Amino acid sequence: MVSILKRGLAIIILLVIGYWLAQGLSGVPFGQDKMLVGQYYLNHVKQQTGAVNAVTAVVVNYRGFDTLGEVTVLFIASTGVGALLWGKNRKRTARTEGSVVLTTGTRLLVPFVILFGAYIFIHGHLTPGGGFPGGATIATAFLLLYMAFTMYEIPYKAFEKTEGIVGMGYVVVGLIGLAIGGYFLFDWIWQTWGWGHNNIGRLFSGGFIPVIYTIIGIKVGTELSGIIDNMLKEEVKE
Amino acid sequence: MNCIACISYILVGVMILSAILAVEWRDLLAATVGMAAVSLFASILFFMLQAPDVAMTEAAIGAALSGAVFIFAIKRTQRFESEEEERPGWWVRW
Amino acid sequence: MISVYYFGSIALVLIGLYGVLVKKNVLKMLIGLSIMETGVNLLLISIGYIYGRSAPILSEGIGPNQAVDPIPQALVLTAIVIGVATTAMALSVAIILYQRYGTLNVEEIRRLRG
Repeated sequence: MVSILKRGLAIIILLVIGYWLAQGLSGVPFGQDKMLVGQYYLNHVKQQTGAVNAVTAVVVNYRGFDTLGEVTVLFIASTGVGALLWGKNRKRTARTEGSVVLTTGTRLLVPFVILFGAYIFIHGHLTPGGGFPGGATIATAFLLLYMAFTMYEIPYKAFEKTEGIVGMGYVVVGLIGLAIGGYFLFDWIWQTWGWGHNNIGRLFSGGFIPVIYTIIGIKVGTELSGIIDNMLKEEVKE
Repeated sequence: MNCIACISYILVGVMILSAILAVEWRDLLAATVGMAAVSLFASILFFMLQAPDVAMTEAAIGAALSGAVFIFAIKRTQRFESEEEERPGWWVRW
Repeated sequence: MISVYYFGSIALVLIGLYGVLVKKNVLKMLIGLSIMETGVNLLLISIGYIYGRSAPILSEGIGPNQAVDPIPQALVLTAIVIGVATTAMALSVAIILYQRYGTLNVEEIRRLRG
């Protein structure tokens, strides 16, 4: 009885919130041009950053400091998963081996999935994608390996070291910008050295966007693989 | 109404249906699959809203990694939601 | 009359909120939160859409006046990745709850603790 009362109360609250949201959103016309800052970014993105993909330019170049904060949040969440599920003697407890189709397909596909992830984050300034989807694609390759083989484990010590070094690399790139241009995460490759000014739309352009997106891609890939590894291993008692 | 609008109406309908099923199903494994289906349809909608970057990210993360993380947690806890005290209605009896 | 995308995102937010409010299982609450997150992302992207314009990739033929708003896409791109990491952290808290109390029902956990 209490549960029915609770459910009815919840539905009334939801109807009120839904009416309120719909009332608010009816003042925001769908599909009309309401860009303010976005138009400035679209007008100047090619001259100021050298990237063709405006989303990438906003993530890495105009709002690079926010992206550094978000990578930090990702690092803290991954470390938190590792700390919460910590144990002394942890092993994988899966017993069912993957079927023939899964194991053979995984052996064939994993290099290509990792290659595709690397393609996504290296070409982030030209094509849709970037470091975040590329890193997630690399993590799905490791997820495939975990699902196919019961004894597989990632080399997590090497992964943690890679993650730390790459995270420091992001800060080092920003600090070089501080030394050259005067503020943190200044785009020194594009604005001071002027590399790639005459081949916009090809691979070697876009300033430090490919560098930072490679860093972010490796970092996201190793962190999400570490989360998968931490959640799959259980503590076993003798 | 042209055909693209029809597709978006159908996709939004199926997405809402799978969200309702994901919340109402008592089998948590099935609910996780429903949640992954919501992410997959949302990814197609992102593509139709001219956001290919977000569509790629949502397809890789929402449909694969998020569901996998939930399944690992279900493996280490329990699969079925515990029964409530009163008899559930006809809409939750699967 | 609001657009179908607005309707879908509001419906997703409300369904997820229903799951968080009514359900007692912790994992079911987290599924509701995940659905809410998808709804909010869809709302942000659909606010940035402009009729007849193409994706903000300024290659041949697409000028600055023929592209949609890039800022919501940049926000959502990072929010999705952060979302799965924080969901994994919440799930590990749920695993520890199950190891300590032997149940995932929040009311029973409250009773056992108090």
